[in-house]
Amino acid sequence: MKARIRITLKPGVLDPQGKAIEHALTALGIPGVEDVRQGKYIEVKLGSANEAAARETVERMCKDLLANTVIENYSYEITP
Amino acid sequence: MLRASVIVFPGSNCDRDIKVALESVTGFPVKMVWHGDASVPASDLIVLPGGFSYGDYLRCGAMAAHSPIMRDVIAKAKAGTPVLGICNGFQVLCESGLLPGILMRNASLKFICRDVWLRVDNDTTFFTKCYRKDQVIRLPIAHAEGNYFADTETLDKLEGEGRVVFRYCDEAGEASAQANPNGAQRNIAGICSETGRVVGLMPHPERLFELALGGADGRRMIESALLSALEAA
Repeated sequence: MKARIRITLKPGVLDPQGKAIEHALTALGIPGVEDVRQGKYIEVKLGSANEAAARETVERMCKDLLANTVIENYSYEITP
Repeated sequence: MLRASVIVFPGSNCDRDIKVALESVTGFPVKMVWHGDASVPASDLIVLPGGFSYGDYLRCGAMAAHSPIMRDVIAKAKAGTPVLGICNGFQVLCESGLLPGILMRNASLKFICRDVWLRVDNDTTFFTKCYRKDQVIRLPIAHAEGNYFADTETLDKLEGEGRVVFRYCDEAGEASAQANPNGAQRNIAGICSETGRVVGLMPHPERLFELALGGADGRRMIESALLSALEAA
């Protein structure tokens, strides 16, 4: 099974890297950029027996290490 | 006798500096403890040094916070052993949950390496009792992720309990926006635990602990630890 995990900054948390990307896009002449927020994408291959077990494992890894829930949210999808 | 231990993570690079500073000021030998060890020898204080543990992968301090030695550091800290986290060590303390909040990327996105002015807001912790409250000191910072962040409730709690230990300020001691090098909320440069025995700060006391280095304002942090340890003995 494969978990595709996205980690994003919570709304309201300042994202200077996102701002820098936004400025760079505007400087490149790309029109219509209103706001940029950046985050992390992590793929994990899992040997879990079923989807429920995989979800439990991914929840734990997100809470314990992959995301810092002071400033970050996480979401994920599990595929066979 | 002062038994100090410095934890060495892969990527620590201020570990020997704090060892030299501690040994020079206190006169007692310092133990270096590898991150892969299971336990810290009996210690009167533990230091988590500056550096780039695990290459700052994922988030600064996140991997180190889960290294084998940290289980024992956390247990000892909770049992009352004083812990000082300097720069990356402060990040590790936040990621391990021993201190609240997190150190984010500097608002300027730049790595900042220069001396800053700091105001001592709490002169009663294990590591600050040889300073005076509101004393303005000069220490170097060297970081890209020193932008202290916590939610408003946590910040209010820290302030209400007097747990903001150091604030970035100007030479006159004013914690102004201009004197804030990295965007840290409320100019916070260092905080402590409820007991004042766990202290984390972004500036480097070990880099200015004797006049030959260009300043000695960091010396009193080590003298504070020595005095605190001797008082307890």
